[in-house]
Amino acid sequence: MEKQYKITSSEGLHARPCTLLVSAVTPFSSDVQLTYDGRSVNLKSIMGVMALGIPADGIITISANGSDEEAAVEKAGAVILEEGIGVEV
Amino acid sequence: MLEIKGIGVSNGIAVAKAYCLVEPNLTFDKYEIKDFSEEKARLQRAIDLAKIELELIRNHAIKKFGKENAEIFSAHLLVLQDPEMRMAIESKIDKGINAEAALDEVASTFIATFESMDNEYMKERAADIRDVSQRILAKLLEVDLPDLTTIAEDVIIIANDLTPSMTAQLNKQFVKGFITDNGGRTSHSAILARTLEIPAIVGTKIATTSVEHNEMVVLDGSTGIAIINPTQEVVNEYEQKKEAFEAEQAALRAYIDQPSVDRDGHHVEIAGNIGRPDDAEVVKANGGDGVGLFRTEFLYMDRNDFPSEEEQYIAYKTVLEKMEGRKTVVRTLDIGGDKELSYLTLPEEMNPFLGYRAIRLCLEERSLFRVQLRALLRASIHGDLKIMFPMIATLDEFRTAKNFLMEVKAELIEEGFEVSNDIEVGMMVEIPSAAVIADLFAKEADFLSIGTNDLIQYTLAADRMNEKVSYLYQPYHPAILRLVKNVIDAAHANGKWVGMCGEMAGDEIAIPILLGFGLDEFSMSASSILHARAQISKLSKAEMKKHIDHILTLTTSASIENYVIENLL
Repeated sequence: MEKQYKITSSEGLHARPCTLLVSAVTPFSSDVQLTYDGRSVNLKSIMGVMALGIPADGIITISANGSDEEAAVEKAGAVILEEGIGVEV
Repeated sequence: MLEIKGIGVSNGIAVAKAYCLVEPNLTFDKYEIKDFSEEKARLQRAIDLAKIELELIRNHAIKKFGKENAEIFSAHLLVLQDPEMRMAIESKIDKGINAEAALDEVASTFIATFESMDNEYMKERAADIRDVSQRILAKLLEVDLPDLTTIAEDVIIIANDLTPSMTAQLNKQFVKGFITDNGGRTSHSAILARTLEIPAIVGTKIATTSVEHNEMVVLDGSTGIAIINPTQEVVNEYEQKKEAFEAEQAALRAYIDQPSVDRDGHHVEIAGNIGRPDDAEVVKANGGDGVGLFRTEFLYMDRNDFPSEEEQYIAYKTVLEKMEGRKTVVRTLDIGGDKELSYLTLPEEMNPFLGYRAIRLCLEERSLFRVQLRALLRASIHGDLKIMFPMIATLDEFRTAKNFLMEVKAELIEEGFEVSNDIEVGMMVEIPSAAVIADLFAKEADFLSIGTNDLIQYTLAADRMNEKVSYLYQPYHPAILRLVKNVIDAAHANGKWVGMCGEMAGDEIAIPILLGFGLDEFSMSASSILHARAQISKLSKAEMKKHIDHILTLTTSASIENYVIENLL
């Protein structure tokens, strides 16, 4: 289960969007991954995600593995769209 | 009496006793542990205690700064509970390392990662991680972190650096300002100082070693100067400045929602110059009528490659949306010469200010220019966009640039993009040749914007970076005034509007003259907007005309300056 998004938030994936995303997926039991530029990190780790320094226009892939993987990916996607963080590609 | 200097990051003046923040002693030993699970439990307890404290700080911050400014503490809470960080620490504990050392080693790795990033914002995040890890460390060592909420008398805080969590504890009632050794304009502490409206100086390097607890301190956040142990005379002087500053701030605030009109109701526009999308907020907060100059260089700087069309589109769209329909003038890329990009190799020049730069470079490097124009045109549907070209010297340059813009526009429409049909296309008048033949340009450009910083240095042939010739940087030189007047008259004769986006537009001596000349738009740094609006509201353009006749007969910059000071301020 995975989905791709393009970051449209003008400052890239900064503290605020990261906080929203990490908070959104933390309650799920599945492992949730974010991949950018060939590197994958745990989406429940704010430092891992921030350390990628994802700029505006960056393409990210969200994937999950576990019993609630679909719900987790969908929740992350909903936050990205609702908060104006990015658009689906 | 001792004077120290740093970066003034929040305007205002404070006079109070120094409160030297005692750095908590967080030294620890690295030692071998046997009971791994007990050590992990100890780490867990420290994290839990730190979490309770941090939640209190966040709630405090929400109340004081509002939800948006307190959001950083939600991020801190996530750092505190970061699963990757926890795993890394626990795996070190499993190797027999005590929790303090394990935490410190892991946090240091993350801090180093952020500090080495090629981006000012990300560098600042290292401070967040340090702040959180120190809180956990303090809990492990059972050491109390300084609690600034207990301060109950007027003080100026002196510290190495203020962590975000410390800044959130500041009580404006007692904390009159702060001075730090480290930090920069974009540090949390700097941003929150501006939100709280308390004066602050950062990056002094020596504040903590120069000031003793309880010593008297005078702090001027506008100049970045602090005076330790001032004489009574100096204290009196700054007390007066403080009163004047506060009275002025209060008076200026009344102009935020006022129109920009002179005493007779003649309308002008007072706009802001910006360098980043976020600056648009500052222009609005200061009541600006629009953006008179958006320098797009920032998009290209501090990075390793050219920004993509999409990235630029987002930046331009953001500014246009933030300005909510107010006029937004974007200047196309002005690099080359002294403004270098690491990823664009240009030959070194003898005279960079007279060299291959701005529109000269863009017309040669069409592919680079095309990307910017595409992004701008696509963003045009999100607000009132006006585009201007920098460093235009000849009519041919303007025509070529404008034709290319039209070509790119046609391309976009063919590709199915929506592009506004009301985009005005103008130019900067900053080269004397353009100022002299402004009448020819005014027939083809939709507007002219006078860039005085360069116009002055080119007209007087004086490098403004060279201190030896800085006396020649004379905005009121009769030649400059005549050129400015010529540009304004030429534009008006052709039914076009004229703006000015150099320092001169916000200068209180120049403003009466420019108003008299009939300048339509004054664009300046956001912090000058209200001052200019207040000044213009007391002047009369009609009355200024007779002063102008006299000013134009004066022969030197000094005599013109004196005339304005004596008659028009």
